[in-house]
Amino acid sequence: MSDLANRNERSFIRVALVAVAMFGFGYLLVPLYDVFCEITGLNGKTGRVDAAEVAKRYEVDESRLITVQFIANNNLGMPWEFGPSVATMQVHPGKVYTTSFTARNPTPYDMVGQAVPSVAPGKASRYFNKTECFCFNNQPLAAGESKDMPLRFIVDPHMPKDVHTLTLAYTVFDVSRQVAMK
Amino acid sequence: MSTATATHDDHHDHGPAKGLMRWVTTTNHKDIGTLYLLFALVMFFVGGAMAMVIRAELFQPGMQVVDPQFFNSMTTVHALVMIFGAVMPAFTGLANWLIPMMIGAPDMALPRMNNFSFWILPFAFTLLLSTFFMAGGGPAAGWTLYPPLSLQMGDGFPFMIFALHLAGISSIMGSINIVVTILNMRAPGMTLMKMPLFVWTWLITAYLLIATMPVLAGAITMLLTDKFAGTSFFSAAGGGDPVMYQHIFWFFGHPEVYILILPAFGIISAIVPTFARKPLFGYSSMVYATASIAFLSFIVWAHHMFTVGMPVVAELFFMYATMMIAVPTGVKVFNWVSTMWKGAMTFETPMLFAIGFIIMFTIGGFSGLMLAIAPADFQYHDTYFVVAHFHYVLVTGAVYSIMAAAYYWLPKWTGNMYDEKLGKMHFWISTISVNVLFFPQHFLGLAGMPRRIPDYAVQFTDWNVISSVGGFVFGVSQLMFAYIVFKCIRGGDKATDQVWEGAKGLEWTLPSPPPYHTFTEAPQVK
Repeated sequence: MSDLANRNERSFIRVALVAVAMFGFGYLLVPLYDVFCEITGLNGKTGRVDAAEVAKRYEVDESRLITVQFIANNNLGMPWEFGPSVATMQVHPGKVYTTSFTARNPTPYDMVGQAVPSVAPGKASRYFNKTECFCFNNQPLAAGESKDMPLRFIVDPHMPKDVHTLTLAYTVFDVSRQVAMK
Repeated sequence: MSTATATHDDHHDHGPAKGLMRWVTTTNHKDIGTLYLLFALVMFFVGGAMAMVIRAELFQPGMQVVDPQFFNSMTTVHALVMIFGAVMPAFTGLANWLIPMMIGAPDMALPRMNNFSFWILPFAFTLLLSTFFMAGGGPAAGWTLYPPLSLQMGDGFPFMIFALHLAGISSIMGSINIVVTILNMRAPGMTLMKMPLFVWTWLITAYLLIATMPVLAGAITMLLTDKFAGTSFFSAAGGGDPVMYQHIFWFFGHPEVYILILPAFGIISAIVPTFARKPLFGYSSMVYATASIAFLSFIVWAHHMFTVGMPVVAELFFMYATMMIAVPTGVKVFNWVSTMWKGAMTFETPMLFAIGFIIMFTIGGFSGLMLAIAPADFQYHDTYFVVAHFHYVLVTGAVYSIMAAAYYWLPKWTGNMYDEKLGKMHFWISTISVNVLFFPQHFLGLAGMPRRIPDYAVQFTDWNVISSVGGFVFGVSQLMFAYIVFKCIRGGDKATDQVWEGAKGLEWTLPSPPPYHTFTEAPQVK
């Protein structure tokens, strides 16, 4: 009978290890999801390129003109006044453009904001690259302060031909608490 | 564990210990099965009471009975209690009682862990229900606990998460026990392909649980650290993504809904042959169908989230994969019907519930196919159509199978026949009222009534009134079930060993009620 007890114990350990491994797999899904989104361009996550590499990587396509629209949103409970300085731009793929968003903190408190970008249509998002963006970092704003935040971007000439309009949306989140916690 | 099995075996002639401590310290599979089943029955009424609050509020448009926040916590906790507190423990209780008797084993393989996995549950649900008395109230973000809404819960948030952790640990331990028992403790000659289907479906269910409950544990731990430890798994501000929660949750959630139905398939496959007096049609195809459903359950999760903005290719993949599940499920329904074909059928209460299951579960399956059509789902998503669908598969599916099982095996467990007349009354009142309750919800959903909302536009009033009336009748008629079970435990006509004329299987070779320890000498299976 102790033979059976041994077998039971071995089976128990084996099956319990599966359970532990699956707990790890749950966490593994997080980086897998990010990789998956990056490859497929799901979620409208945008690319980032080094300013020095732009000239090497892209050729300007003067024959194509693309409309880029800018949208700004506030996450629930975020009191900043936040918006693009121009609503739309006409751009040639392969050429670097500069624009900006403005933000003002109307509250009597010092706050930290974080803007999160998203590009529609999703299939074009990975062809929209930025060399400089206020969304790369947290943006602190003192009480009543306002700021002009620059954005430099380039549209990849390899973008699918049927895309004529890109929409870049920023949502600004209040991360004061999270920053204070760190 | 080794000591538990060994000492357990040294003294096999005694009966149960005396007094209440018997139930606290027991390692006997029959006692633990009884505890699970009684716990499930209590939780069934707790969750049912919450459903009554929901139907009372929805009886009329406008806010009448409770405030919206409390209504939302009713829908949320009703689901959590029914899934994790009623249906899953009921199936585990049946597994505890029946699997050792069906495979000719003296007990479960790991009896002490068995005791532990049951006794975690009352603590888990005390924790969960205690959140109603905390600042901010009970969880109110739906049982799926999507962030960011679920993160806005009050002081009860960590209590709810820990309650789910405990319930998850309990069912993982229960499942490990079932897997080890089935793999190691079968009587000589009981090959895998000779096992009763209830044992087969539970073996596969246990693997599903072991593979997915830890993923849920991970997801809710991420919620916990997002709220309290400054991580941002699901917070866009910190680079996370709330949609990712939905993917992780439903990676658990879809296998979970099959965890709630596969043991039911096993029960129906036991009952239908008995009362049709014919062997089950297509035994091996039943086993393969169960295994295919289990496999497919891992690759269809995103059909719960067609509207989050997926690429068309993904929508198509999840749509076709989901529809594929109808094939093995259809095999099962076909086999049950073929088993009944030209059988010498009688319609005792377990058979009535089994036939009710087959018909109404199939209705729920068909509305599931409608929901699987991605373009159509954009219309049905988060409406009462979804509510009608999953209540057809869970109430007239899972719950009906549990009731069928209770009526079928109660005479074996207690040695007494239940009151057949009351049982039949219970079946007919339940079946009529449950259809009055849930069928109109299909119409409400197609007309656009959203789920999880305490108020609705006036044009939805009529069907809601009908649905609520059905709900109250169904709710009250379940008290009959509790009474019938109670009466049967207390006494009744003596049951024979075989109980049912057509019953086949090792458990029917034992006396009714079976002695405290059975199959201490393994039977020989031909």
